[in-house]
Amino acid sequence: MSNAISKIIDSGYGWFNERAPGATAWYNRHVGQYYAPKNFNIWYYFGSLAMVVFANQILTGIWLTMHYKPDALHAFDSVEYIMRDVDWGWLIRYMHSTGASLFFVVVYLHMFRGMMYGSYRKPRELVWVLGCVILLVLMGEAFFGYVLPWGQMSYWGAQVITSLFGAIPFIGESLLELIRGDYLVSDATLNRFFALHVIALPLVLAGLIYLHLMALHEVGSNNPDGIEIKKKKDINGKPLDGIPFHPYYTVKDLFGTAFFLLIAAFIVFYAPTLGGWFLEHDNFVAADSLVTPDLIKPVWYFTPYYAMLRAIPAMFGSQFPGVAVMGGAVLIFFLLPWLDRSPVRSIRYRSTFAKVMLALFVICFFWLGYCGTRHATPALTLSAQVCTVFYFAFFIFMPWWSRIGATKPEPERVTFDH
Amino acid sequence: MADQGVNHGRRRFLTATTAVVGGVGGVFAAVPFVKSWQPSAQAKTAGAPVLQDISKLEPGQRLTTKWRGQPVWIIRRTPEVLAALSSLDKQLLDPDSLVNPEQQPAYAANASRAIRPEIAVIIGVCTHLGCAPSFVPEMTPQEFDGEWKGGFFCPCHGSRFDMAGRVYKNVPAPRNLRVPPYHFVDDNMIEIGVDPVAEAA
Repeated sequence: MSNAISKIIDSGYGWFNERAPGATAWYNRHVGQYYAPKNFNIWYYFGSLAMVVFANQILTGIWLTMHYKPDALHAFDSVEYIMRDVDWGWLIRYMHSTGASLFFVVVYLHMFRGMMYGSYRKPRELVWVLGCVILLVLMGEAFFGYVLPWGQMSYWGAQVITSLFGAIPFIGESLLELIRGDYLVSDATLNRFFALHVIALPLVLAGLIYLHLMALHEVGSNNPDGIEIKKKKDINGKPLDGIPFHPYYTVKDLFGTAFFLLIAAFIVFYAPTLGGWFLEHDNFVAADSLVTPDLIKPVWYFTPYYAMLRAIPAMFGSQFPGVAVMGGAVLIFFLLPWLDRSPVRSIRYRSTFAKVMLALFVICFFWLGYCGTRHATPALTLSAQVCTVFYFAFFIFMPWWSRIGATKPEPERVTFDH
Repeated sequence: MADQGVNHGRRRFLTATTAVVGGVGGVFAAVPFVKSWQPSAQAKTAGAPVLQDISKLEPGQRLTTKWRGQPVWIIRRTPEVLAALSSLDKQLLDPDSLVNPEQQPAYAANASRAIRPEIAVIIGVCTHLGCAPSFVPEMTPQEFDGEWKGGFFCPCHGSRFDMAGRVYKNVPAPRNLRVPPYHFVDDNMIEIGVDPVAEAA
């Protein structure tokens, strides 16, 4: 019996392979015989987790569009309809809203992993740059999605973020009309944001994720030691410290995914708003174009950049400097591969000074994130200004400070405890 | 074999001209897609003037109405508020409304930025990033300003404006709040969106 089944499978595979021999080669290249360093630690979960969240967003997103109405008169009510009247609608919506926040959790951790272990260093610049493009598109995707429920925070968030483009000298005013499709944020704006959120940007994201992975597989993965496993190969030309992605890392990532889903499920079922951090209280009030909520702030993943925007006063009769600083804070990540001049890649072998700099950068990022959620008092604004200066100094002076201090010698082979 | 008698010059010329003509065609084809993002004819016709009765507006009170989808505030200012306006000049970015004359019609480019000093008409859209600033009329110290003389505080990014919509120095907003075109139909009726006929002449 089993013999008969395996015969059918074999002949089916043979038939397919004759007509598409490239498929097996593709599988071997990217999964079956993709050799990844054997010393991956917990930080290496977040790439695969980002893909898990992406799949969740696509799936739950398609289901949400079946009930949501992209119309300024009906949008808010249709979300409430999903929450109350559609069978299991609340679950699908909470999976989507929680997924959005967790997407940024895993992407920020994924990026921090790259910063710790120097994963962006030559020859992996292209992987890093494509990742930065993904971050930009993801931010757009998150923003457009956030506007769709058409609550107070949606509306005023859209008002503030679209106004950022109005601050660009000379072309700002007409660009603003082009983006909003009206003289203010209105039904026309909501409708086009819906189109961008559900089809345009997800398609772009899927393509970019594919390119990000292909670029990674060209050069191979970095590892916590920051040394090239390709330098030590066995007689068959396989890296001595490499193991095939399948089954080793598919199984490891499956374990990580299960653990991650446990946390995600806890949030979805017990704390879907996470005390206002994942879904803000003001967004349960329908949009009102005449009243701005008392404290307007973006969702947590944008607050560090939002705090920078607030911290910069108007200069030369224009609010553009603040907007430029906020945009620059995201774009400066692109330059990281060329700013880092340390002789070693990984934080494990870098100088104490470099470790302190990275720690201060993380502290600044968190503090800015905190400032962005609070009212702008003079003390908070001043601290946000200090953090903004350090944030940029971290990058701009990296070519100098990354060479300061004694580094430890890198090992010949990856360090790996059984 | 395939290279026999190939005229490379002509091949390059044809490739280049095809690319250029195709590129121009692509740009023209993009025009309708970009233009479709402009405000529609429906949106353009939605800017009619608005009438507002202010007979029930008590001194110190504000009412909010809507013109072109934007909040418009009408405030009946008390004599104390009007007296405090001139004392603030040094703290303001553009106290005399000279730097950005387009922020108010010529007939409102005066000390109180109004046709009648006691009635302020201001578009409630922060000149920073478009939030609606909060009305904080109390002339008492506030969390954001220890010497507050009444005015507007933008909750989004902390910009401050006085009771004439004039922006303070060192805040994110770069310009005074806008004063819309308006005129008094009679003592208690304001029409927003239309300039006064007599004064304009």
